[in-house]
Amino acid sequence: MTDQAYNFAYLDEDTKRMIRRAILKAIAVPGYQVPFASREMPMPYGWGTGGVQVTAATLLPTDRLKVIDQGADDTTNAVSIRKFFQRTAGVATTERTAEATLIQTRHRIPETPLTEEQILVYQVPIPEPMRFLEPRETETRRIHALADYGLMQVRLYEDIARHGEIATSYAYPVEVACRYVMDPSPIPKFDNPKMNDCPAIQLFGAGREQRIYAVPPYTRVVSLDFDDHPFRASKASHDCAICGASDSYLDEVITDDAGGRMFVCSDTDYCAARAERGE
Amino acid sequence: MNDLSGGFTDPPAQSANAFRAILDAMARPGRIVTLDGLGRGPAPISAAAATVLLTLADRTTKLHLASSHDHVPLRDWIAFHLGAPLVAAEEASFALGSWAALAPLDRFAIGTPEYPDRAATLLVDGHDFDAEPVKLCGPGIRDTAELALPEREAFHRNHARFPLGWDAIFCGGDRLAALPRSTEIA
Repeated sequence: MTDQAYNFAYLDEDTKRMIRRAILKAIAVPGYQVPFASREMPMPYGWGTGGVQVTAATLLPTDRLKVIDQGADDTTNAVSIRKFFQRTAGVATTERTAEATLIQTRHRIPETPLTEEQILVYQVPIPEPMRFLEPRETETRRIHALADYGLMQVRLYEDIARHGEIATSYAYPVEVACRYVMDPSPIPKFDNPKMNDCPAIQLFGAGREQRIYAVPPYTRVVSLDFDDHPFRASKASHDCAICGASDSYLDEVITDDAGGRMFVCSDTDYCAARAERGE
Repeated sequence: MNDLSGGFTDPPAQSANAFRAILDAMARPGRIVTLDGLGRGPAPISAAAATVLLTLADRTTKLHLASSHDHVPLRDWIAFHLGAPLVAAEEASFALGSWAALAPLDRFAIGTPEYPDRAATLLVDGHDFDAEPVKLCGPGIRDTAELALPEREAFHRNHARFPLGWDAIFCGGDRLAALPRSTEIA
């Protein structure tokens, strides 16, 4: 079978319409998780089946697609999803954040600030921020209906009681447009402030959990905290070993079995562009 | 024989383009987008409203035709292109009509506290984009935006019950704009 045997962007038009309706309701109620009839995709759950479906329903033939996995364009997940859309949608791709019109991401927000012309699609494993505190869907639904988020404040408080600070370092809960508490997907909390007042449309897709949610542009996104323990966007206190950046999120790379290690930018495009410019 | 022409000639590309325009309008209230690659339906439906229906509605979406648009040629066009079941206002996930014909608005679904997404989307056809604009603020809007609305009070009341409420897409000619329930009328 040739690649042309697939419809544009793999999904059939009925499915895309269903996903598009869910996306529009998600935009209308920022941070609320809209149930959708997630399809089986030709990749396993956990590989971005939700993000891929949102991307497929949003993609234009003229888009320039970028896919990142933990900030990197060249890891297995990013490469395979990029190739998937190259083959089934015939879209142009790029590794440059500034050149992309649609960016699908697993667990990072690019360091380069996003613009109004861009859409950021997040891959989400567990969309329900309260799930590990309350396993029953009926109850979490009521929690959101009543905006009864005290349980989450207690969880953050227990962090402080045990560790002296809020130890949650990724998937750090946020409040969207002064209403819904939302899981920002497992991005490091370093990235949380980038979601606030962002000019780009942010869409979230959870395939296995069958949920789509969204943050419209220029929307207030606040990380939950306490007056005496304000939110801090933390990162490793080093500079990047390759490009020297002091303002980007760093990965720790083990270099030998004798305790050797280095810290490098997690955003490969940001790092490469800086290194190229000789900064 | 009624005229059943005006469907998409290249559905994947045309609906993708139309959806991005609708998404842009819904995500940035106040922005008026001009559609290209339009679908067309029999009068009085505008090209923009026909395009929205072709992009979002199908046999799984219940559609309400307000009296302004409840005519046989349009019913036939909808049956042929969408297959959407035509229903009463209370059951509709989409409602199409002029602003005056869509009233009274309390007939439409506003969702439930547990499922606010189960709310109607109103397609307000024949919208006058050049009328006196009102000031908007809220998600999707940097500082403030402006948009001509058919009236002010109904949208004010609709926003007051956020996260419940219906959402509106205004169509006229080949242009559209949107006002989600999250938008505050300043």
